[in-house]
Amino acid sequence: MINQYSDMTLDQLFCEHPHAREFFSALGLSALPAGQTLASTVAALDEELLLDVGIERQELLGQFCDYMAGVERLRSQQQALVASVTVLGGHDKSGNPENFRLELRPGEVTCIVGPTGSGKSRFLADIEWLAQGDSPTGRTVLINGAAPDLARRYAVEQKLVAQLSQNMNFVMDLSAEEFIQLHAESRMVADPAAITATILELANSLAGEQFTPATPVTALSGGQSRALMIADVACLSSSPIVLIDEIENAGIDRKRALSLLADQDKIVLMATHDPILALMGQQRLIFKNGGVSSIRSTSPAERANLTLFEAMDARLTAVRHALRNGEEIAGNF
Amino acid sequence: MRLITVAGPPSSGKTAIICKTAEALQADGVSVGVIKFDCLSSGDQALYERRGIPARTGLSGNLCPDHFYVSNIEECLDWGLQSGFDLLISESAGLCNRCAPHIKDVCAVCVVDNLSGVETPRKIGPMLKMADIVVITKGDIVSQAEREVFVHRIRQVNSSAVIIHVNGLTGQGGHELGRLLRDAAAVDSLQGKLLRFSMPAALCSYCLGQRRIGADFQMGNVKKMELG
Ligand SMILES: Nc1nc2c(ncn2[C@@H]2O[C@H](COP(=O)(O)OP(=O)(O)OP(=O)(O)O)[C@@H](O)[C@H]2O)c(=O)[nH]1
Ligand SMILES: [Zn+2]
Ligand SMILES: [Zn+2]
Repeated sequence: MINQYSDMTLDQLFCEHPHAREFFSALGLSALPAGQTLASTVAALDEELLLDVGIERQELLGQFCDYMAGVERLRSQQQALVASVTVLGGHDKSGNPENFRLELRPGEVTCIVGPTGSGKSRFLADIEWLAQGDSPTGRTVLINGAAPDLARRYAVEQKLVAQLSQNMNFVMDLSAEEFIQLHAESRMVADPAAITATILELANSLAGEQFTPATPVTALSGGQSRALMIADVACLSSSPIVLIDEIENAGIDRKRALSLLADQDKIVLMATHDPILALMGQQRLIFKNGGVSSIRSTSPAERANLTLFEAMDARLTAVRHALRNGEEIAGNF
Repeated sequence: MRLITVAGPPSSGKTAIICKTAEALQADGVSVGVIKFDCLSSGDQALYERRGIPARTGLSGNLCPDHFYVSNIEECLDWGLQSGFDLLISESAGLCNRCAPHIKDVCAVCVVDNLSGVETPRKIGPMLKMADIVVITKGDIVSQAEREVFVHRIRQVNSSAVIIHVNGLTGQGGHELGRLLRDAAAVDSLQGKLLRFSMPAALCSYCLGQRRIGADFQMGNVKKMELG
């Protein structure tokens, strides 16, 4: 197979396309001679070595081209802008029609309420998989008002939904800085170090207690790791929609977390039972029996109540604080 | 009938995602059978049958599991045809990380899990590289950042596969995986078909039952490390 890279030496190739090196090292071919053209290097590869690493000679160049095309796609993507996601109702578990048309736009927060098993996950799956009347709920999802290109369904690099679930852990043994840097590199951003610094700073502005870039991610408190993940998703995730599973009250500035995501033009969907969070959204979806039973915009009266609830919450926080400091819980909180 | 080969490291979630996907397919009226290949013992057959998924088990015992697999897959296909399934899924564990039960022109799935670490995609050979569909499990317990890094690492070794996240516990993504499997090409015979990649070479004296250690007892296909 002949391609645009065949006649370049490996030196040239790695110099002009730094990501090319990763392809060969991922394959276990990191010790290739640098001076010959790619085509002749591949032609000269030892049969035994190819067997060991598990690839056939004639496939190598083709796979390399696919890989390079993928890298280019990721780079040039800068994410074709999603200006709106529309969900057209299907039916609930009993087959009753849902009759709604829901528009989700960047910068807006939509809350999702309803008991477990009421159909919240399937709703999110419908969005994630761009249901076209062919999922168990019969819902249809439009992007920018039109039926999406269905190839997008399985294009994992263009996933619509980034998810911040509550029981997530870090399995990598890295410092906060190394961790974010690794993510930035895999997203092929232009300046991984700069964006890493920004994310760490934002995370610290959300978290109650500070951490340093050198803190291992596994040593972060619940609030700190949540803050780090929110800042990371806001700045680095390619997905236009962010799904959050409740933001616990402890150790994180929830209002700021939501506005950070909204400021980065994310469409925010938040499953919550907390009245303060539920009223922070512009609207909320109420789930019953596998379907959306109603959609409510946050009314002016509810907004007024939100202010009240926040004041109550601040008072409770003060009590918690006093408890922790060993004070007597008396007097005016 | 459609035949699907599913492989992946031990405990990556193969059984879990096959169950969820088969349930979603059955709900759509597609009948599914499963063949489980394992070495010593397996409780998976009972697990499948409890969910109403007909299953058969093949235990390789002291044979290389993958060689055992190739010598039996034709008969398995016949069982599937006789049983009248729309879809037959073979599940085998990638025990040496080098072998791949994938067959040319037969839909090939590799299952890997997020918990196994970001270096894992580089350590799995043709089983991952030559898969048509890569299923990633256990995304529910790692961060979004790790999920994205993991996908990137898989892309580096397999640039053309469809990569899909399926949760083996909740089944999320199972419906969508099922739809992909339904679109696989039909296979009515494996006669003359080729494996996508050769199995690891075998047949040294130890394959033949030798137990003594030492150069004098090593014959056949022997390769030595360079320890410098
Ligand atoms: N949290 C979580 N656990 C999962 C997921 N998928 C599978 N598991 C769990 O992982 C464990 C291993 O899953 P199995 O389906 O038995 O894995 P397998 O690949 O079939 O294993 P072998 O057949 O023994 O090689 C089980 O305890 C599953 O419940 C997932 O998406 N999330
Ligand atoms: Zn093997
Ligand atoms: Zn041997």
